[in-house]
Amino acid sequence: MKRLLVFVKKEFIHIFRDFRTMVILFLIPGALILLFGFVVSNDLKNARISFLDLSKDEMTLKLTDKICSSGFFVRGENLHSYGDIERALRGNNNKAVIIFEKDFSRKLISEGKATVNIITDGSEPNMATMATNYVSAIVSDFNSELVGGGAAAMLLVHPEVRMFYNPTLKGQHMFVPGVITLIMILICALMTSITITREKEFGTMEALLVSPLKPIQIILGKIVPYFILSFIDVIIILVLSWFVFDLPVKGSIFLLLAEAMLYILMSLSLGILISTVSKTMQQAIFISLVGMMLPTILLSGFIYPIENMPKIYDWVSAVMPPRYFVIIIKNVMIKGTGFSYIWKETLILCLFTVVAIGLSMRKFNIRLQ
Amino acid sequence: MRTILYLIRKEFIQIFRDKFLGRAIFAIPLIQMLILVPAVTFEIKEVNLCVVDKDMTTESRELISKLAGSTFFKIRHATFSEREANDFLHRGQCDLILQIPQGFGKDIGKGTPTKLMASANAINAMNAQLSWAYLNGVIRDYNMNILAQEIGNAPEKAIPQIEVTNRYWYNEMLNYNFYMQPGILGVLVLAIGFILAGLNLVKEKEIGTIEQMNVTPVKKYQFILSKIVPFLIIGLIDLALGIAIGRLVFNIPFVGSIWLLFLCSTIFLIAVLGLALLISTFSATQQQFMFTGFFFMIIFILMSGIFTPYESMPGWAQKIDLLNPVVYIMRINRMIMLKGSTLYDIRTEFMALVLFAIGTTTLAVNRYRKTA
Repeated sequence: MKRLLVFVKKEFIHIFRDFRTMVILFLIPGALILLFGFVVSNDLKNARISFLDLSKDEMTLKLTDKICSSGFFVRGENLHSYGDIERALRGNNNKAVIIFEKDFSRKLISEGKATVNIITDGSEPNMATMATNYVSAIVSDFNSELVGGGAAAMLLVHPEVRMFYNPTLKGQHMFVPGVITLIMILICALMTSITITREKEFGTMEALLVSPLKPIQIILGKIVPYFILSFIDVIIILVLSWFVFDLPVKGSIFLLLAEAMLYILMSLSLGILISTVSKTMQQAIFISLVGMMLPTILLSGFIYPIENMPKIYDWVSAVMPPRYFVIIIKNVMIKGTGFSYIWKETLILCLFTVVAIGLSMRKFNIRLQ
Repeated sequence: MRTILYLIRKEFIQIFRDKFLGRAIFAIPLIQMLILVPAVTFEIKEVNLCVVDKDMTTESRELISKLAGSTFFKIRHATFSEREANDFLHRGQCDLILQIPQGFGKDIGKGTPTKLMASANAINAMNAQLSWAYLNGVIRDYNMNILAQEIGNAPEKAIPQIEVTNRYWYNEMLNYNFYMQPGILGVLVLAIGFILAGLNLVKEKEIGTIEQMNVTPVKKYQFILSKIVPFLIIGLIDLALGIAIGRLVFNIPFVGSIWLLFLCSTIFLIAVLGLALLISTFSATQQQFMFTGFFFMIIFILMSGIFTPYESMPGWAQKIDLLNPVVYIMRINRMIMLKGSTLYDIRTEFMALVLFAIGTTTLAVNRYRKTA
């Protein structure tokens, strides 16, 4: 036990000596939380929209103003002919073009019907659908104002909605759990795999192996410091999300921290596994960063929900530990549910940990001979 | 010139001597692209609905069967207890609860306005809003039916209607693969080039072999160039493979000029590799480089507009983003591949990348010291 403590102390000295890495270690979660909180969002805002107004009468000008003053759109240029549309959309500036047909108000009044055409840049599908939906809503709003609310009053069924867990529809509810999940697995896997392969590459592993330390002690000694650092990271994220976004932990904080510890342990053992299969630091970094970054961002379901993916991804993402932790953290932190709701996911994470440790122990022992 | 060629050859031999890395630099991007591109979509396939029908009249059943008939809603549960329904929502077994209160059918029969209550799981705000909008659509139809029945065949011609028609250009079916693939292509090329080049230089420093280079007559710019070119070539091969996969597997259109895309990607890669080398001149160990690089890379990627729209970011963030090379390549990739934009259309982005490439490489050469 004392040997282990001395070894852990040695590892800590190693870590603290590299001041810059330490700083970045704590900077990354903070920066990401703020990034997701204040910078990145999926809402439609300030999309530039241009107009091809072929009638230019009072009504189309009014409608144009209504669209531009909604806050979702920024007024672009006034186009003069159909030929301009292609040019307008092909540059990067305009997300959509709205076309008012000729004699818009005259047709609306005499024939009772007029057409607005929206052409959106489909190369960003999400933006395109949102822009189309919002413009349609604004137009139909305008339409019912025009009619004078007569038709709306005749509707019998009025639906009301309650948005559970996130009444103000903030994006942070998706992102905070995602950031914890992403950062923990990447940093933990990266750190442990680098520190172990480093010893291997420089030959200092030999020195450790001939010391009276047992393999399990070496691994533990490598894990413990990073375990503590990562745990501090989790706390930083939770405190930030509480104070900056007003997003407190709704369920039991102890349960959440316990689950976070399990997840960190899982990520660290994944790092050890990576280090046993790679010979150099370069390989370890390549696997843990190039190999894991994008899949973790995309398949864990924190930007793009897993429910929306094609069926087969239920299976593909089943082997991604982040997926389960995202569920756990959303349950405990946002819904405030207890352990009975997440025992399955917890068990799966335990299983991942055991398998990763088991595999790396076997590999580690072989190298001893 | 010959010196550089020798150095480049040396780098290639070194890279491919590592059997694992030699394969991984091509295999990992390809596999990731195959797996990740089709995964990503904001389109909701189905909403799991739980119905609490306390009314049990013809009217309420009609509404429910309307919901069941839409491709969008799957009625997973039907119960009479609000508690149970909330529990389903809590457990994640349904996304949306629709409550039909007692007296719903009676009210409609009498012609008095009545209410429906819906509860949505809004942790994912976007999905919640969308499913609510769809539910609203179904209810609107239902309303219209009632209206039509009541009015009978009375002409509705008196109400002027503005009709909205729409079209999606460049991607008629709104295929998310078209959107994702150019972006993921950019990220993979970035990650491979950035990490390999940066690690390569730091590794020489960490092991000490850089001293041996420093005592040779090899000039600073020759050395930096020899560290850029191999990874540039690898990056471009990855790009070509990625485009081929996009074409063959995902049927992604390539409207614009492929040469223009390669030209832009070359400049982008030079800029990124220069940045990687610049960071590595500031780092003593591979670990240091990795964490600094990781920090920059993840912020570059998340702020690039690949996963979330660029326009949604606040103004100050967009200003900071002027310094983010990934923003430009992301736009250029999408514009050339899907819209067939020409050099004239992408001139701003193109110039920005050129400035970047010149800036980072010059800085990297300047910062590199032959004296330890």
